[in-house]
Amino acid sequence: MNIGEKSAGGARHSGAWSDADVIDVTGLRRAYGGGRTRPDRNPRGRNEQGRSERGGRVRPGGRPGFEAVRGIDFSVARGELFALLGTNGAGKTSTLELLEGLAAPTAGQVRVLGHDPFRERARIRPRIGVMLQEGGFPSDLTPEETARMWAGCTTGARPVAEALRRVGLERRKDVRVKQLSGGERRRLDLALALLGDPEVLFLDEPTTGLDTEARHETWALVRELRDSGATVVLTTHYLEEAEELADRLAILHEGRIAAAGRVADVVAAHPSHLSFELPDGYHLGDLPPLAELGVTGHETAGRTVRLRTDELQRAATGVLVWAQEKGIALGRLDVRPASLEEAFLQIAKGLEKA
Amino acid sequence: MRASVREADGNLRTGTGAEIGSVARLLSLGRAELTLIGRNKSALFTSLVIPVAMALAMKQAVAGMPLARAGLSPETVLLPATLGYVLVFAVYSGLTGAYVARREELVLKRLRTGELRDLEILVGTALPAVFLGLAQCVLLVVLGGLVLDTGLPTAPHLLIAGLALGMVTVVGCAAASSRLAGSAEAAQLAVLPFMAVSLAGSGMVVPLDVLPDRVAGVLELLPLSPAMELIRAGWTGGGTTHDTVRQLLTGLAWSGLALFAVQRWFRWEPRR
Repeated sequence: MNIGEKSAGGARHSGAWSDADVIDVTGLRRAYGGGRTRPDRNPRGRNEQGRSERGGRVRPGGRPGFEAVRGIDFSVARGELFALLGTNGAGKTSTLELLEGLAAPTAGQVRVLGHDPFRERARIRPRIGVMLQEGGFPSDLTPEETARMWAGCTTGARPVAEALRRVGLERRKDVRVKQLSGGERRRLDLALALLGDPEVLFLDEPTTGLDTEARHETWALVRELRDSGATVVLTTHYLEEAEELADRLAILHEGRIAAAGRVADVVAAHPSHLSFELPDGYHLGDLPPLAELGVTGHETAGRTVRLRTDELQRAATGVLVWAQEKGIALGRLDVRPASLEEAFLQIAKGLEKA
Repeated sequence: MRASVREADGNLRTGTGAEIGSVARLLSLGRAELTLIGRNKSALFTSLVIPVAMALAMKQAVAGMPLARAGLSPETVLLPATLGYVLVFAVYSGLTGAYVARREELVLKRLRTGELRDLEILVGTALPAVFLGLAQCVLLVVLGGLVLDTGLPTAPHLLIAGLALGMVTVVGCAAASSRLAGSAEAAQLAVLPFMAVSLAGSGMVVPLDVLPDRVAGVLELLPLSPAMELIRAGWTGGGTTHDTVRQLLTGLAWSGLALFAVQRWFRWEPRR
């Protein structure tokens, strides 16, 4: 048995596939509640521009349907860690379920390892690992029994004891699943997803409900997997998690991709902010011309002024030098560089259109 | 075995030939499900005791029926009926509850993310219930042969055909019925229609042979009637070949119908 050597080389998964996209998604849509695939949709999926705003959410059956995924495109390369970020209800899980082949898209196309994950489920299953948002384990089995059952259904499964040790559950292996904490159940779920050393790993909110320590352990594990060549797609609503782990990310909002790219690119696409309160008797018009300070936009609310800029240092210096020259104190001064959090909040508030 | 999945340097995954087999998957799932049955003591007790208790309760009533005219005896009514109770109470009812519980706990959905095929999930979940049910039947047949006047079955092939047909029918109907219930509690209600129809109309309580021809002709078409007729034929020798073939065809038609219903309407996830 050479099981101990499984994670030996970073080249483990490389082969004929190494240059291809492992996951490819075009024009993906998913609607609930209205019945079957719409015959009027091109099943191959087209460019979504121009029809994303088309109304008609009423299904052929006459019942209004809800469209959770409204035309998204992205691809994930081999060995990449891709994060789908979004608030609750943004469409993360709905998208992931389409990638996992648990449901067929209403329109558009998904390819995982070159196959349709729904129609060719059996072909990709031995090569992927899945962690659902909520673990589905019989509550009266123990983690060891659960893992043993799963191992019996998994090609090239690691030994059960090793799999449980990997996620720190070896001491809890004989407790019933219903007595495990939420975090322990998440770790059991992760152990099963990793059992067969999958080439592609889908993790739906892998650290929700974990304490800080367990979260960092999970991150380390996910990073280790990525480093050994696995491709990982995860959803999260923790910005920190996306920033920490993701090579690339997409921010989902109301079923569409509102922003995508490397963390740095997504952040760079958003302005920094400078806000302060002017003392009595001063107005926005008293400031130096805003364009000269590199300010691209502004808002005022009472005496509070909020400036947007892509050149934070220049704008801040301009405002502060002006204040010093006038001999006034700016209240509640807040200088905030662009961050993923800012970008995310703006998108989540619906301030930006896709 | 597993080492062959990768080459010696651990770098390569070989093709589909190295995948874990369907039988291994079924046994693995079946074993977990058996553990779960063992942990649910009250349900296990019910499924073991109810069939025999029902038979004992029916003893008086059956003794008063005009059986001799139809070539039957209380024993050749009661013993097959007990096997029918096993099919209905132990297998059908228990399994419907199991499918609903697994679905509501998201177990079915989780299993579908793995290598098990849909049919394997359904069959694997049913395996231990079917196995226990068959063991119960064998025990009842042997004990009946020793204790009652009926003796051992004279046409065991018909008994076996009837049991096999009955098992396929109740497993299919259990999977189909699981659609009707949204919780394990509701499942206990969802099983009632099939139970009532089978007990009353499929010759378990009252043998069809005792009924007027016209009524019997209709009741013969119920899902479990062919299985019950064949099971009883195990002791009585049954009717003509024509009868046997008709019973087999009716039974197979119901099994096919149940399979179709499952394939079309089975719910793998809780309602959103």
